[in-house]
Amino acid sequence: MENLLITILLTSIPILLAGLGELVTEKSGVLNLGVEGMMLCGAVAALGSVLIFGNPYIGILFGAVAGILISTVFSFFTITLMTNQVATGLGLTIFATALTGLIGEPFVGKTAASLPKLEIIFLSDIPYLGKILFSNDILVYFAIFLIFFIHFGFQNTKLGIIIRAVGDNHDSAHSIGYSVKLVRWISTSFGGMCAGMGGAYIPLALTPHWSEGMTAGKGWIALALVVFASWMPIRLLIGALIFGGITILQFVAQARGWDVPSQFLNMLPYLATILALALISFKLKHNNYAPACLGKHFLGNK
Amino acid sequence: MYKNFLKIITFLSILVSPFLFTSAYAKTKVGFVYLTTPGDHGWTYAHELGKQMVKKEFGNDVEISIVENVPEGPDATRVIRELAKQGNQIIFTTSFGYMEPTLKVAKEFPNVRFEHMTGYKRTKNVATGNIRFYEGRYVQGVVAGLMTKTNKIGYIGAYPISEVIMGINAFAQGLRSVNKKATISVIWANTWYDPVKEADAAKVHIAEGADILAQHTDSPAMLQIAEKNGALGFGQSTDMGAFAPKAQLFASVNNWGPYYIKKIKQLKDGKWNTGDGPDHWAGNTWGGLSTNMLTLSNFSNMPNDVAKKAQAAHDGIKSGKLKIFAGPLKTNDGKEIIGAGKTLDDGALWGMNYYLEGVTGKVPK
Repeated sequence: MENLLITILLTSIPILLAGLGELVTEKSGVLNLGVEGMMLCGAVAALGSVLIFGNPYIGILFGAVAGILISTVFSFFTITLMTNQVATGLGLTIFATALTGLIGEPFVGKTAASLPKLEIIFLSDIPYLGKILFSNDILVYFAIFLIFFIHFGFQNTKLGIIIRAVGDNHDSAHSIGYSVKLVRWISTSFGGMCAGMGGAYIPLALTPHWSEGMTAGKGWIALALVVFASWMPIRLLIGALIFGGITILQFVAQARGWDVPSQFLNMLPYLATILALALISFKLKHNNYAPACLGKHFLGNK
Repeated sequence: MYKNFLKIITFLSILVSPFLFTSAYAKTKVGFVYLTTPGDHGWTYAHELGKQMVKKEFGNDVEISIVENVPEGPDATRVIRELAKQGNQIIFTTSFGYMEPTLKVAKEFPNVRFEHMTGYKRTKNVATGNIRFYEGRYVQGVVAGLMTKTNKIGYIGAYPISEVIMGINAFAQGLRSVNKKATISVIWANTWYDPVKEADAAKVHIAEGADILAQHTDSPAMLQIAEKNGALGFGQSTDMGAFAPKAQLFASVNNWGPYYIKKIKQLKDGKWNTGDGPDHWAGNTWGGLSTNMLTLSNFSNMPNDVAKKAQAAHDGIKSGKLKIFAGPLKTNDGKEIIGAGKTLDDGALWGMNYYLEGVTGKVPK
């Protein structure tokens, strides 16, 4: 049971990281549908750099930088040139899928070093909980730290409130002197960094390989999660664990011989995504969680 | 007008040039279609090694074209057709899912010879080649039965097709020949190659108590997860010991080279054929341990007496004394397949849609 819970936690880390990044991006009013593509860039950069330098921590760095770079392309098009965000985001994913396939070609079949487990003294000795929560690699701790960092940041820091202001009413934010475009560039880059790290986590911790399109829809699930969590970081954690759980459940059901078709179980994570989105969009009509300027262009010149 | 005429001539000569080439040289043009990039392990790499043996054997007498990373489906049809158009005389399509695309293109090019691995449908110019993978899996079962402490074996299958199911059943026969208490649980990955899914499946097997893992998928991810968690397992298609030196017990190794060489020689001598008999399960080449199309890598991470028993099982199958599917055989829900004294024939193997005793759960419908 312990082992299963750890597996579920680790499976949910990539979607959690990517989801947190997208949450910040969307809070600033930018809808970036390129999460899947940014994750792939992070994954291929991480694996490639670990193969070259041999150190998995370098992989995190390269994954993050690759995510930032590719998100900059998106920012340039949507924020500066004001192209359609939905179309550009989709284009980014399609482009990145092919690009990473090309870059990753020489890495197919090679094995990279994995992130080591860091046991936290005393805490990791707590029965059950210790092994699940305090005996993981650095990105797990980072992801959990990030949840509280973002939550606290949006509630209590000036920068957080500026980002929210830009996302909720860019004209007002502009009129009191904030640079809407700069804030959006930074938020989108942060989203790219997190997605890159989320993608990097797959070859660095889950399986030490590259295969084309290895994120297998995790980016889309992360996108749906942000809505599912109604833009709240702590709810995002719960959502990510549920999706991680469903992904693992399909294998558990088979291993235990439950009489359910495996194809049906394979479908479950995506089915859950659609259901979550349908429920949320129904609920959305009655609340105002979504940033009011989400997906809208800011036509001012700063 | 004159310019246009030149253009037309140039265009025509480009069109015709491949045919000119084939007639000008006595080289045999050979095409290969690979499912993935070969890398350095697994299914496609085993074919790549076979191709290298072809190159070594024939040298400049063959001209080899390879297309890598061809998805099973409509894309495969396009690629195979392209290879046929380029004048390849014999084309090896090296994955089960290329069956229909190969047959389709073969109809359009009746003078090109096709060799499909590992399907079961043949026509006048489509032959099939296959390896008795299940023979290696019986030996795996013997080793697993002797090595397991939890009596739980985790098996990762690609798709619930008869080729994979007969492997699981052969594994179960080997397992039960030495250990009646152990059981196999199967997780279907629904893919031949996906390191993420294979790793997830392996983690779940271990979390559920399995200490020996076996796979009918292609990546070394399962073995690497086993290595990390102190479990043991078997490599697939090629020796995967380098990926998991402390976890790999041994690997079943596919050896395609001799078969390729034989078929290309037949073509050069004008004796290429698709074998006798009807278009059915056996294909015209289905070799195993006895023909060296299947070999086992070194036994490692096991005590000597286990290795000896594994070797004995290997030798028994190779010499034909040990019959893997000898009766009495019962399915895991108690139905009798055959009684004592009888043995399943090849046709029955290709009709397997049930698990034998020792496997838990049901075959997905």
